[in-house]
Amino acid sequence: MRPFAYQAPDDTGAAVRSVAERPDAVFLGGGTNLVDHLRLGVVSPGLLVDVTALTSTEITEVGGGLRVGAGVPNSELAADARVRSRYPVLAQALLSGASGQLRNMATTGGNPLQRTRCMYFQDVSTPCNKREPGSGCSAIGGSTRNHAVLGTSEHCIATHPSDMAVAMAALDAQVLVLGPDGERTIPFTELHRLPGDTPERDTVLEHGELITAIDLPELPMARRSRYRKVRDRASYAFALVSVAAALDVDGGVVREARIAFGGVAHAPWRARRAEEALRGATVSDESFAAAAAAELTDARPQPGVDGGNEFKIALLTRTLVATLRDLAREEA
Amino acid sequence: MTDTDMTGTDMTPALAPHAIGRDLARRDGAAKVRGTAFYADESPVENPVYCRIVASTIARGRAVSVDTGEAEGLDGVLAVLTPATAERLASTSDAELAVLQDDRVGFRGQIVGAVVAESFEVARDAAARVRVEYEVAAHDAALSADRDDLYTPDQVNPTYETDTAQGDMAAAMASAPVTLERTYTTPMLHNNPMEPHATTALWEPDRGAGALTLYDSTQGVHPVRSTVAAVLGLDEDQVRVVCPYVGGGFGSKGMPHANTVLAAMAARAVPGRPVRVALTRQQMFSLAGYRTPTIQQVQLAAQRDGALDGIAIDVVEQTSRIKEFAEQTGVPTRNMYAAPNRRTTHRLAALDVPVPSWMRAPGECPGMFGPEVALDELAAELGMDPVELRIRNEPDVDPETGKPFSTRNLVACLRRGAEQFGWPGRDPRPGVRLEGGWWIGTGVASATYPVYRMPVSTAVIGYSGGRYVARIGAADIGTGAWTVLPQIAADALGVPVQEVEVLIGDTEYPPASVAGGSSGTTTWGSALVAAAEQFRGKFGADPHEGDEIEASVPENAASERFAMHAYGAHFAEVAVHADTGEVRVPRLHGTFAAGRIVNPRLARSQLLGGMTMGLGMALMEDSVLDPRTGHVVNHDLAEYHVATNADVADLRADWVHEDDPHVNPMGSKGIGEIGIVGTAAAVANAAWHATGVRVRDLPLTLDKVLPPA
Ligand SMILES: Cc1cc2nc3c(=O)[nH]c(=O)nc-3n(C[C@H](O)[C@H](O)[C@H](O)COP(=O)(O)OP(=O)(O)OC[C@H]3O[C@@H](n4cnc5c(N)ncnc54)[C@H](O)[C@@H]3O)c2cc1C
Ligand code: SF4
Repeated sequence: MRPFAYQAPDDTGAAVRSVAERPDAVFLGGGTNLVDHLRLGVVSPGLLVDVTALTSTEITEVGGGLRVGAGVPNSELAADARVRSRYPVLAQALLSGASGQLRNMATTGGNPLQRTRCMYFQDVSTPCNKREPGSGCSAIGGSTRNHAVLGTSEHCIATHPSDMAVAMAALDAQVLVLGPDGERTIPFTELHRLPGDTPERDTVLEHGELITAIDLPELPMARRSRYRKVRDRASYAFALVSVAAALDVDGGVVREARIAFGGVAHAPWRARRAEEALRGATVSDESFAAAAAAELTDARPQPGVDGGNEFKIALLTRTLVATLRDLAREEA
Repeated sequence: MTDTDMTGTDMTPALAPHAIGRDLARRDGAAKVRGTAFYADESPVENPVYCRIVASTIARGRAVSVDTGEAEGLDGVLAVLTPATAERLASTSDAELAVLQDDRVGFRGQIVGAVVAESFEVARDAAARVRVEYEVAAHDAALSADRDDLYTPDQVNPTYETDTAQGDMAAAMASAPVTLERTYTTPMLHNNPMEPHATTALWEPDRGAGALTLYDSTQGVHPVRSTVAAVLGLDEDQVRVVCPYVGGGFGSKGMPHANTVLAAMAARAVPGRPVRVALTRQQMFSLAGYRTPTIQQVQLAAQRDGALDGIAIDVVEQTSRIKEFAEQTGVPTRNMYAAPNRRTTHRLAALDVPVPSWMRAPGECPGMFGPEVALDELAAELGMDPVELRIRNEPDVDPETGKPFSTRNLVACLRRGAEQFGWPGRDPRPGVRLEGGWWIGTGVASATYPVYRMPVSTAVIGYSGGRYVARIGAADIGTGAWTVLPQIAADALGVPVQEVEVLIGDTEYPPASVAGGSSGTTTWGSALVAAAEQFRGKFGADPHEGDEIEASVPENAASERFAMHAYGAHFAEVAVHADTGEVRVPRLHGTFAAGRIVNPRLARSQLLGGMTMGLGMALMEDSVLDPRTGHVVNHDLAEYHVATNADVADLRADWVHEDDPHVNPMGSKGIGEIGIVGTAAAVANAAWHATGVRVRDLPLTLDKVLPPA
């Protein structure tokens, strides 16, 4: 870990200018991911710009939906009564992540920008294209149990670890961003990138762009939504796979579904093919499995020294079927 | 709760229990809760400096040059140690402790340099700036049973015969009506005590030339002293080792590791300044020992009524090429069940990997997994209840030596445990109980652990200020020695426990053995009893201020005549999610027979702790070694999963009353390790009962029981 400077500017504009000016400057949220990476030497920024006191810590009503300030801690977002009743999938996703202490520190702006848990990425003694472009991907042919099966490239097979982000992708959240050139809004599903040949870039954000808030649009069907996370121990573990789903059923027929997957791709994976397959389908395990199959046709599991991750295909299929089955029952 | 039915002999242990058997709270509890108990890395020294390790990034070869220029240029850096500049040690016979003595690299993560700096932060920064140039040699870090270079070690830990044979196992397999041959594996596992391995070292010339004080997180101050003195070429009395409290060891702090030697070397490089070295969690995965992965081929030959004609285990496991450690995985099979024909063997692969070592119940813990699952498979094949199958094979005498058991209450544990757990009436069919979306099953496995008594330990008892103060260089690694030893001494002296204090954790006190092999209470307790008896013999019931006497642990003549072991029976209920295959353990119960229980509260906590660790081993613990690099990839607590609170549901431990007059005057057997021993097999057997899927390779992760999509 290298020495660095620390700034806590007075407003978001100043924070953005500070970071934009220096290529080695970064924003600091709750620090639960960034500070680990400083210690491990994964990143060595020269300046940390603390934004926890600058971005809003409020959750406000906006046009039928909710606006969540980037400074809202994960624990508060999960506990908010409006979130719990209107977007249960989001509250459940948040509560399934990390631990109570971490959720108290973690912020709404920092959470989607946490970096992959790929162990080679976190170990500076091993090559990693994401950490050091062009150095190679150690995970391929190594330990791949936790790695991606969708949207991978020959350069990187990492997953995005956030649970919250999977729910937000399913909910069609919008990300409010302030950059050196002003504000813009990014659909949550377009925030994260696939690795391609530039795995060093997790998201479409440019250097100096600050997340100021995330909007949850009005979505009545989300009142019946769920987050199902499958992991190796009962708590305090990242997802092997996860499913965020909302289901609108009418007379045994699916009107609409919102589905996103976690633990299987470099981004929270919005399962649009599965949603398409479900539209108009009768409620049954068979149609749910067919929806999973539609989404997973291009899945590419990895062999690995730990047995690899082929099991994720069956696991994700079964988890999706079970989640939709439970939701459909809830509807009935 | 303690049972009242007598399951021992008609003799009772020498010591009449008054304080022994009482449910006393731990004496060090308040200091720990208040944060006033100090650990090695926060030991009270003036003006400490900090040492940070530079670890090898290759698994084999040479660190041909170590460029320290950039590191030395940082403000606050006091010294950089490299293979070229480090002091020469007096003894390098233990390659693990020959820190920086030459440029050879024997495993990834080995120490190739170290930085000493005014602050921890500067040391860390500087260590990352040390540039090491390697000459890389091809390495080999992949264990398999079909390697052609497996070898036979001279003995297995600590001094057991490598191979044993009785009767003719092959003939038994050829002739028995029912036979079973299966391969079971347990993965590489790492101890993860909360407190990392840490040492604070201080050379004190005012105490005499070569006087060294080490505050070391260790399971034995005296063993550290003798080892370090030999490595550094000092007399033992020049070295003082202090360790009042340990934040967990489980065996990984049983033998000194490189950090302890490095701390002494680093402190010598910065005269006058105490140096602190604490391993990072990641470094603990290469520098603090681990349990070898094991491949166990198990054979059972049986009659239709369940009587075993033969039992065999052939074990393949690994050691490090630079230092041998041979886990005694096959040893429990030598005396667990009656069978006229028997074979146990151990073969090792010497790999370019970190040095394996002790992890809670070395030998028994991995070695009871294969055979106890195999018995479950046999029970299913015979249509027999697995509890009854075990009882059917209860031996009258130790099948290996023919000696009688001092006490053996495995059957009582199985029966009582079954009753407590609600086993009777169990439907034996696998995969038929679906409750609320979970497949439910139950399983059983036996446990055993030997009664060890170490040859060396001495206690001093003195009378001062109206109290009895004993001193012995023993260790409390969270196990309760601070509390239990006064209970023993009080009964031996015949006084209330409040009048007795026992000081431990410092080589200023008389020599004591390592807190290992669940031997501490037996060994140190016996020394205290000997000292108390001599004290009373010499000074009577009314001693004078300053009266003092010293005595050592006597040899136990009975250990020649009897086989001495503790036993246990584990019962598990397992739930496997019908959709996702998630494996959870709603209930775990263990009933043990471990002699007289000196302190029920602390004993239960040891047993529950062992079972919790066994639960982790059953379901999730797995050090993933990447053979391409030779390092454990998941080397932190986010990815090396130990059981969390949410994984532990209804967890219970109890014991049968057992009076063993032969083991020691207290009548106690060790309880620190047996709790882990049968847990994993019981869970695996229950998972089979739940699902019908037999998992023979730990950990029992969901992918192994997941049906196809
Ligand atoms: C042991 C452990 C277990 C965990 N388990 C889980 C889990 O199961 N599920 C899960 O989802 N998460 C888990 N987490 C991760 C945790 O949720 C994240 O660390 C946390 O959400 C990150 O938020 P933060 O505010 O602390 O971000 P920081 O660490 O402060 O920052 C993360 C990144 O975001 C950038 N950043 C921060 N705020 C902004 C902003 N407003 N605009 C632009 N950039 C910003 C930072 O520069 C940095 O690159 C775990 C973490 C740990 C340590
Ligand atoms: S998977 Fe991605 S993050 Fe992991 S080692 Fe490969 S390139 Fe790096």
